[in-house]
Amino acid sequence: MIHFVLLVSRQGKVRLTKWYSPYTQKERSKVIRELSGVILSRGPKLCNFVEWRGYKVVYKRYASLYFCMCIDEDDNELEVLEIIHHFVEILDRYFGSVCELDLIFHFHKAYYILDELLIAGELQESSKKTVARIISTQDQLVEAAKEEAGSISNIIAQATK
Amino acid sequence: MEQLKTIGRELAMGSQGGFGQSKEFLDLVKSIGEARSKAEEDRIVLSEIDILKRRLLEPDVPKRKMKEYIIRLVYIEMLGHDASFGYIHAVKMTHDDNLLLKRTGYLAVTLFLNEDHDLIILIVNTIQKDLRSDNYLVVCAALNAICRLINEETIPAVLPQVVDLLNHQKEAVRKKAIMALHRFHRKSPSSVSHLVSNFRKRLCDNDPGVMGATLCPLFDLISEDVTSYKDLVSSFVSILKQVTERRLPKSYDYHSMPAPFIQIKLLKIMALLGSGDKSASEMMYMVLGDLFRKCDSSTNIGNAILYECIRCISCILPNPKLLEAAAEAISKFLKSDSHNLKYMGIDGLGRLIKISPDIAEQHQLAVIDCLEDPDDTLKRKTFELLYKMTKSSNVEVIVDRMIDYMISINDNHYKTEIASRCVELAEQFAPSNQWFIQIMNKVFEHAGDLVNIKVAHNLMRLIAEGFGEDDDDADSKLRLSAVESYLKIISEPKLPSLFLQVISWVLGEYGTADGKYSASYISGKLCDVADAYSSDETVKGYAVSALMKIYAFEIASGRKVDVLPECQSLIEELLASHSTDLQQRAYELQALIALDARAVESIIPLDASCEDIEVDKDLSFLNGYIQQAIESGAQPYISERERSGMFETTDYHSNDHHEVTSHALRFEAYELPKPSGPPEASTELVPVTEPSYYTESHQPISTSLASERESSEIKLRLDGVKQKWGRPSYQPTTSASSTPQQAANGTTTHSDGGGVGSSSSKPRSSYESKKPEVDPEKQRLAASLFGGSSSSRTDRKSSSGGHKPAKGTANKPATIPKDPVQPPPPDLLDFGEPTATTVAATDPFKELEGLLDSSSQDGGATDVMGLYSDAAPVITTTTSVDSLLSELSDSSKGNSRTYQSQTSKGPNSKEALEKDALVRQMGVNPTSQNPTLFKDLLG
Repeated sequence: MIHFVLLVSRQGKVRLTKWYSPYTQKERSKVIRELSGVILSRGPKLCNFVEWRGYKVVYKRYASLYFCMCIDEDDNELEVLEIIHHFVEILDRYFGSVCELDLIFHFHKAYYILDELLIAGELQESSKKTVARIISTQDQLVEAAKEEAGSISNIIAQATK
Repeated sequence: MEQLKTIGRELAMGSQGGFGQSKEFLDLVKSIGEARSKAEEDRIVLSEIDILKRRLLEPDVPKRKMKEYIIRLVYIEMLGHDASFGYIHAVKMTHDDNLLLKRTGYLAVTLFLNEDHDLIILIVNTIQKDLRSDNYLVVCAALNAICRLINEETIPAVLPQVVDLLNHQKEAVRKKAIMALHRFHRKSPSSVSHLVSNFRKRLCDNDPGVMGATLCPLFDLISEDVTSYKDLVSSFVSILKQVTERRLPKSYDYHSMPAPFIQIKLLKIMALLGSGDKSASEMMYMVLGDLFRKCDSSTNIGNAILYECIRCISCILPNPKLLEAAAEAISKFLKSDSHNLKYMGIDGLGRLIKISPDIAEQHQLAVIDCLEDPDDTLKRKTFELLYKMTKSSNVEVIVDRMIDYMISINDNHYKTEIASRCVELAEQFAPSNQWFIQIMNKVFEHAGDLVNIKVAHNLMRLIAEGFGEDDDDADSKLRLSAVESYLKIISEPKLPSLFLQVISWVLGEYGTADGKYSASYISGKLCDVADAYSSDETVKGYAVSALMKIYAFEIASGRKVDVLPECQSLIEELLASHSTDLQQRAYELQALIALDARAVESIIPLDASCEDIEVDKDLSFLNGYIQQAIESGAQPYISERERSGMFETTDYHSNDHHEVTSHALRFEAYELPKPSGPPEASTELVPVTEPSYYTESHQPISTSLASERESSEIKLRLDGVKQKWGRPSYQPTTSASSTPQQAANGTTTHSDGGGVGSSSSKPRSSYESKKPEVDPEKQRLAASLFGGSSSSRTDRKSSSGGHKPAKGTANKPATIPKDPVQPPPPDLLDFGEPTATTVAATDPFKELEGLLDSSSQDGGATDVMGLYSDAAPVITTTTSVDSLLSELSDSSKGNSRTYQSQTSKGPNSKEALEKDALVRQMGVNPTSQNPTLFKDLLG
């Protein structure tokens, strides 16, 4: 099971966190501090795995961003490495050659995508196409809602003036 | 793809313009992005929190504004700050009818709330409503939230609806419903236990995504109860087969592997189902074999599947062909340049080694490279492997390595783990008690308070009980060596408390026993300890008790006791201690010093920590005293029962004595108090009982002051500790360890010599062509790690004739006649002699050369692996016969040999140095070039 997903920049700035196991806010900050210390200081040719407090953390660096996932001790590290890559590929498709800025300004979209990929700490969908399809359906709905809401709010705004 | 891209871009544009996020928000993100330090970031976030708090309190916030605020809250929370003031607004937003807002609300609550949060109860109703929605996107959003938020109490509220959704027409909903049930199962297994048939049904769902999701709950269910899912074995096998035959839609391909994530899940399940089940395992062999053939080991995902196959094979009933394939995959991993693959290879090796212990040997140098790799992760994994393959023959090397590593790291979690592993291995395989004590000292010194307290008690007990044989001499030697080692360590600063307790106890018990150290010396040291660790009461208590014992032994042996001034001041300080325990110990010590020799000896007899303390429950030794008291007019003692009986019949006692006499709760009502109760009777009772209590409680203290102390210490030591090296198990350990010891000696002292023998036995002369360098130290390490019964891998590879000289160098003439198959070349013996050092110098490499040669000549095949599998089994048998015989001859030779091995065992740092010198003399410089060597050899 994946216990949490963490996106940290090379400078140690948090870009995205998703917790599938309960952690208090205090624990979360501690985990982030501890792990980013460990992971950011690792050399480029070393393993993409870190053993940490009885768990394993699999991380991979894409440009200036580190994607980390914390898993149980008996999980398959290589598989998780590919789950990370899978996620990145989906992000890439969605944003069109994704960059850190995309994630910074649209972190909530990244959350929605992650929710379609992982659920309750397990991989729920391994087909990129399926994920892309449902995300785009949602977005279309949002677009429609946006127009509607926009017009309504305009009406309201005018009415209340 | 293109279309998506444009949609994405458009969205990005759209959200940056007017509607999505305001300029305020974008500025926030930007300023956070530009923040130079954590402090600056915190400042920005804090001011943002202030703004949001104010904004959220404003009346009639427009909804879209609210949506943005909530996203800003998410952002704040993500950065590690508390946004709890806004949680309720996120909860409110989930109630909204607008899907856009609802989704934002759900997203925010799933990020904000843990499943035990109070606000959850406010969301359950909304979730229930949303699960009934016609819009499947709403249902999906609700299911997402369920997976995060529903706890054990709220499961029943949504369970029926989620079950209904298993038949929803949209596969996305079915999939999420399955995952939600999986989550429920994790939270409370009983809640979904009746739904197992639904999972089975979903396994046949015609959407592969749903089928793949179903594997998650099934995996959990099967790992809890394997037997009731045996009927699914064939289904899983056929699904896996279909997947590998690319029957799934192309969209599930990942890096041109067909649905690899589903394959991995299936393999995990099969590993569970096949373990210990012959028929199930047999069904799997085919498809596993196919997988090995089909897997593309050039991609990461291919390797992930290969690794999962290895795991599966190591779990199900072993099949020689598959094991071979797995071993091959592992060796590919180990030979890879990628650290990730090496890591997986080491892990796989650890799994396979349980089934076929020989497999490690062909990878010994790769393993040692991993052990010395700068990558900590890899190192730890390798230690895990070593831990799994520890035997009595290699325990010393492995534990030494582990301790070195333990000292070098700061990570407490791992330190604890590796310390407990060291202790476990040392307990299980210790070749001698001295060694065990040395190791324990190191573990205590460096991992200190991370060690379980039982380990300390165990150690004290070992020192007290000694070898368990009737060999007092050896016992006292052991104790002396312990005392000596402790005296050396004791003055080091900042020792862990637990270790100091052990040290104090041993010094107190045996510090002066040998006569080598004077009482004042030992007591001085103990005072230093109590002084230096004045904040640690336990240590002080131990130190004072130890002082008491030292003085008691001195007094008992008739010597005059000079209490050191620092000791005197320590006692005085403790007499006024806040800790009653320390105070009592100090008073006891003070009282003891004043007693005469005879009394002291009966209080603290010499070396009696192992004696059982007999408790005289009747206190018969007090008879005389009581007699005297009665004669002088005291009332005789009336037992409790008699007293309470008396109470019932005569109500002699008044009510306030009731509580004293009865221990159990009484449910009947009190008797009415008698107004004319005889007051003189009760006043009479008091003076009678009081002195009797006084004698009971006080007398033992005055006569056997320290026997209580002693008994409490005894209790400590016996603290439920299981002794692993004690009387019954020690004997076999020595005999067992002596033989592998021989073998190890053969390889360690003469690892080069061993190489000589085997290489020279090969009638090849192509030595000169190439000279790959193997670091001899590494080889030696390899030999000592992997060398159990046979020596090194290369040794084993050589023709059986090679054993003769090898054994010859190891001083085992008894084994020679066993290998008459191939008479050695005449010059063999010369090579075999350890004096022929100049020739020996080049030999390990030549020998490896020979290995290459033989592989190319034997089958014209360059595949060394194939060679191994051909040649290894035959020779393995001969070597095992060999070692068996050598064991026999050892035992027949009796004591002298065992003794020899024992002595050569000990602290062989000197020997190691000599060996090192020899190696250097031979002109082989330790290098770290062997990775390239191994590429030559095996790659």
